[in-house]
Amino acid sequence: MRTATTAMRRLEPAAIAGVMSREVANFRTYWKGTTFSSVLEPIVYLLAFGLGFSATLVDEVNGLPYVEFVGTGMVATAVIFSSALPAMFGTFVKHRFQNTYDAILAAPVDVEELVTAEMLWIGVRAAVYGCFPLIVTIGFGLNPAWGMLLVPLFCFFTALGFAGFGVAMAATVAKIDQFNYVTALCITPLFLVAGTFFPIDGLPEGVQVVAQLNPLHQLVELVRGGAFGFEAVDLARFAFLLGFALLTWRIAIKRMTLRLID
Amino acid sequence: MAAIELRGVVKRFGPITAVDGLDLDVPEGICLGLLGPNGAGKSTTMRLLTGQAIPDAGELRALGHELPGDSKAARAEMGVVPQLDNLDVDVTVEDNLAVYARLYRVEDVGAAVDRGLALARLTERRRDAVDELSGGMRRRLLLARGLIHDPKLILLDEPTVGLDPQIRTELWSLIDGLRSGGTTILMSTHYIEEAERLADEVALMNEGRIIARAHPAELIAAHAGTHTAEVYGPPERLTEVRGIAEEQGLRVRPAGPAIAIVGSERAGNGAIPEDAVIRAATLEDVFVLLTGEEAE
Repeated sequence: MRTATTAMRRLEPAAIAGVMSREVANFRTYWKGTTFSSVLEPIVYLLAFGLGFSATLVDEVNGLPYVEFVGTGMVATAVIFSSALPAMFGTFVKHRFQNTYDAILAAPVDVEELVTAEMLWIGVRAAVYGCFPLIVTIGFGLNPAWGMLLVPLFCFFTALGFAGFGVAMAATVAKIDQFNYVTALCITPLFLVAGTFFPIDGLPEGVQVVAQLNPLHQLVELVRGGAFGFEAVDLARFAFLLGFALLTWRIAIKRMTLRLID
Repeated sequence: MAAIELRGVVKRFGPITAVDGLDLDVPEGICLGLLGPNGAGKSTTMRLLTGQAIPDAGELRALGHELPGDSKAARAEMGVVPQLDNLDVDVTVEDNLAVYARLYRVEDVGAAVDRGLALARLTERRRDAVDELSGGMRRRLLLARGLIHDPKLILLDEPTVGLDPQIRTELWSLIDGLRSGGTTILMSTHYIEEAERLADEVALMNEGRIIARAHPAELIAAHAGTHTAEVYGPPERLTEVRGIAEEQGLRVRPAGPAIAIVGSERAGNGAIPEDAVIRAATLEDVFVLLTGEEAE
């Protein structure tokens, strides 16, 4: 038996597919629990915020029923929680505790391919999980629209960006409990100031400017564009998400190279 | 052509020099045992060969490929069995093998998995999760994973460290089978018996460089003579016996509760007490004499 005589070059699809096949093999062992929580969480949030607030405090936001406003925004919540957190913890555990990357890098796979494969896998997974809140919201009365078909694409690129962020963080922290700082200082503020639960135009001007740099906010706006109609500015929002993914991809590769290669 | 050629390789970690001007050739078709105490630089040498460490100086070639520049092509032709068990424990035995068959671009993944299962003697357990396997089965699977692409060169990094004697013997027979088949093997170990039983040649490594290299029997003859006398007794007596032996130019090393007088066949009258246990000199004697470390 011999290996295929492929020229060894950068970013080989076979190497990326090989790393992703490992993720798929592992995912088959835990998909039920992950999928269950990804479906259940938006339902709980919609019941708590959507129905609870709309029955007592808020009826409409920006002309939208509050349930639909929150439901479309929850897509971004699903994406960040199924991309940044798995990337942070998963990468750290595979590197420090399971020594998985030592085994992979002993094969003809380089750090660039390893990181790319990890990000792509998380991106694909989050693109699927990101659709669940939208589907649940349709069950709560949101009208389906053709633009919604683009939501997996928006989720994928946003998740790529946050996966890159998570991988870079995993390569930076010294101990796993330092992720508490990342969660408290980055993820929670991003999640809260994304325009999911309330519109950001009611916030102080400075915070509004910062919120515009929040990829989750751009995703929320794109999802609402898909559900209620796109605007020209949405092209710029999509370009922003592409740039975010590209930037974190390169940073993640650089950080992981420093961490994995002595 | 040598499967591995290292010339003046240096690798530093801050103030620590892990590999210090290492010169090492591994000819094709032999099993070279890289024997040394913990911290000798064996694992760093292995990482240099897989491109997971970049040398500060020196030249490295593996299977004709320059390292680290052409490391990916070299890794495609070599198999690595790591010191630590890094199998995917929740995944089935066959999926563990299939993933690595894909990573090594094996054309017929199914056939490679079947071959790996047969080698690891795990065909009946192919659909079991790895965490259901015993320690010995996991080690065999780890070995089969490293051989999934039929490599020309195998790097075994402390392949039996921490294993009980029965599992160790099991693995030795597997490794011996590979050696007999003509596969080039570089095996780092700090177990004397492992090096003696498996290696065609032993390179003794200490403080980042090779301090002696030959067939085990030649190493013993060159550094430890033919016989060693072990003397037991209270510390005062051992001190006295050591003094007499050293006066005669014999080398003495600690051996647990005893002292071992190496090259005892050369001892003059009175140097070896009558109650001393005379045994054939071993690689352990050489190891301790040259490295100053207790052997395992």
